[in-house]
Amino acid sequence: MQDSNAPAGAVFFEKAVLDRLIKTLRESGYCVVGPKVEQNAIIYNELESADELPIGWSDTQEPGVYRLRRNDREDYFAYNVGPHSWKQFLFPARVMVSSADRTEDGWRMDVPDEPLRKYAFLGVRACELRAIAIQDRVFMGGAYIDPIYQQRRQAALIIAVNCTQAAKTCFCTSMNSGPKCSEGFDLALTEIATGFEVEVGSDAGAAVLAKLPHRPMDSSESSLAGIARSRAVAQISKHLETDNIRDLLLSNLEHPRWDQVAERCLSCANCTMVCPTCFCSTVSEVTDLQGDHVERHRTWDSCFNQDFSYMASGTVRNDRRSRYRQWLTHKLASWYDQFDTSGCVGCGRCITWCPVGIDLTEEVTAMRRDPCENRVLPILQPIEAKVCSIARKNPT
Amino acid sequence: MSPAAANNDPWRSFSVRVQRVVAEAPGIATYDIAFRDPVAAAAYRFLPGQFNMLYVPGVGESAISISSDPSVPSCLRHTIHAIGGVTQAIAEGGVGMSLGLRGPFGSSWPVEKCLEDREEKPDVVIVAGGIGLAPLRSTIYALCRQRDRVGRIVVMVGARSSEGLLFQNEYAGWRTQGIEMQTTVDRATEGWQGNVGVVTTILNRWRIDRPQSTVLMSCGPEVMMRYVVQSALQRGILASNIWLSLERHMNCAVGLCGHCQLGPEFLCKDGPILAYPRVARWLKVQAF
Repeated sequence: MQDSNAPAGAVFFEKAVLDRLIKTLRESGYCVVGPKVEQNAIIYNELESADELPIGWSDTQEPGVYRLRRNDREDYFAYNVGPHSWKQFLFPARVMVSSADRTEDGWRMDVPDEPLRKYAFLGVRACELRAIAIQDRVFMGGAYIDPIYQQRRQAALIIAVNCTQAAKTCFCTSMNSGPKCSEGFDLALTEIATGFEVEVGSDAGAAVLAKLPHRPMDSSESSLAGIARSRAVAQISKHLETDNIRDLLLSNLEHPRWDQVAERCLSCANCTMVCPTCFCSTVSEVTDLQGDHVERHRTWDSCFNQDFSYMASGTVRNDRRSRYRQWLTHKLASWYDQFDTSGCVGCGRCITWCPVGIDLTEEVTAMRRDPCENRVLPILQPIEAKVCSIARKNPT
Repeated sequence: MSPAAANNDPWRSFSVRVQRVVAEAPGIATYDIAFRDPVAAAAYRFLPGQFNMLYVPGVGESAISISSDPSVPSCLRHTIHAIGGVTQAIAEGGVGMSLGLRGPFGSSWPVEKCLEDREEKPDVVIVAGGIGLAPLRSTIYALCRQRDRVGRIVVMVGARSSEGLLFQNEYAGWRTQGIEMQTTVDRATEGWQGNVGVVTTILNRWRIDRPQSTVLMSCGPEVMMRYVVQSALQRGILASNIWLSLERHMNCAVGLCGHCQLGPEFLCKDGPILAYPRVARWLKVQAF
């Protein structure tokens, strides 16, 4: 039976071609980044050959749990997304944004003239393609464009891989972001036992493919690729109901569930670090010993950090309840106002990498099950608000 | 997105120098800033209520409202309370200090908008708390330049004590422009003969002839502005004619770093000045 999702004009190449692909890209000046086993996880790092790929490795993921395990297949891509995402290459965790040098005539300010970074990403999953599309809107879609992201993004080549398995934490089907790659790639691969089905998504992808040995798919290969993709769909067990989710969350800003999740949340910021769309950052001053050369380094920041909302007049979000609420309502609600999309792609990283296993889908489900429309506080009265917050802590 | 903006690195600072410092109140001074590059100086324009990021290399940046007349961009003034690392460094540096400047950023007071949209001249009520008068001074200048297009202008200023009332030497000049100046202090010190109490006590009782045609602009502590809104609504001023300058931690100033969010608003680029209905819902939520 022909897979109804079979890409038109798909071709096939054998597993050995993957190494040729990596080497061809490297010869073309790309830094090829792909999955590797390091530190007991599958992470993304520079690749020199296909031997470095996580052949035969899979993972087990649950809320607060990530374990590597061997699988019975000799596949390159039989794993689900790990703690890394492509965001760390397009939106580096630490990068210089400007510099200042002391001269006799005062400070001379400059912005770095960075060498072009040409990345080829190998193994980008459907949810990650969506995450990149979302960050494109954040960093390049508004009145101000982030030059660091833009330069990396425009030069990047994306070789996607369709998932052929799902973790317990995956819910891309709820976010309509996967598991099949539908747009935003140059090439998309589906792995079967003998090789890869290859779909071309752009002229750049076609040009790369042209340098590699390939042939048309036969019908049994097409059918196997379709079955492999269906396996991922069938394995997805988690669901996030997104119907009216923006209004649901923004109408429940005083829901008691925020207090309950705050009891568990450590405010560790893991969820925001592993999230492929979280984009908050801060800038710090780095000076030489004389203080004559100063660089401004932008690093990832998190709305879970206490000083994130610090102002001279006070800290806005001083407790975990308000910080978790900020994160979740931004991700799943106000993101729509800002970027006309959810900020969530259903990758499940925040669930897996939460040390206490908080599952955002459960939090939303709880509020949906028992909504508590905003108890609108009298517009002012910080005193009354204080009474409410005490009442919350000491339910009688 | 204009090509000019696309080519514009939002992280690039202009090199500027402090030319003059005028003490305004304890810990507060006004700094005249001059660009080193004459081309940058000639191109620089701002709207009333916008802010700049002032940069002290090695210390950091701080978002500072422009307090001078937008019609005279060559005379660029910032009124700064030395309360954090950057602002204290600027205060210590004084005249001649070399700084970085990015800007201007953010939305502006709706001076043109409120003058354009109406058949009859609008009345304008300005309510400032403490250093909140700094960005509003730009608007007072802008309104004075079009005095004949505005009806009554009432400026209500509150401060903790009389020495915290900014720009006092300008009040007489503003009065000659027909501005109704009202001041109040939280605590009366020796010699103070004026009003005592929060600024809303003035707003609650001052004559408002045409509430439907009155535009209110306010900047001050958030808690003050909440009371100002409550009072203004009770006086019959339309919610859509109430404009607030809101503050959150401004870090990048271009909506990319996430710090200044208030619900869906990035206060650095969507704000800091927003019409009350747009933020009413979020201001009611504690710690949001």
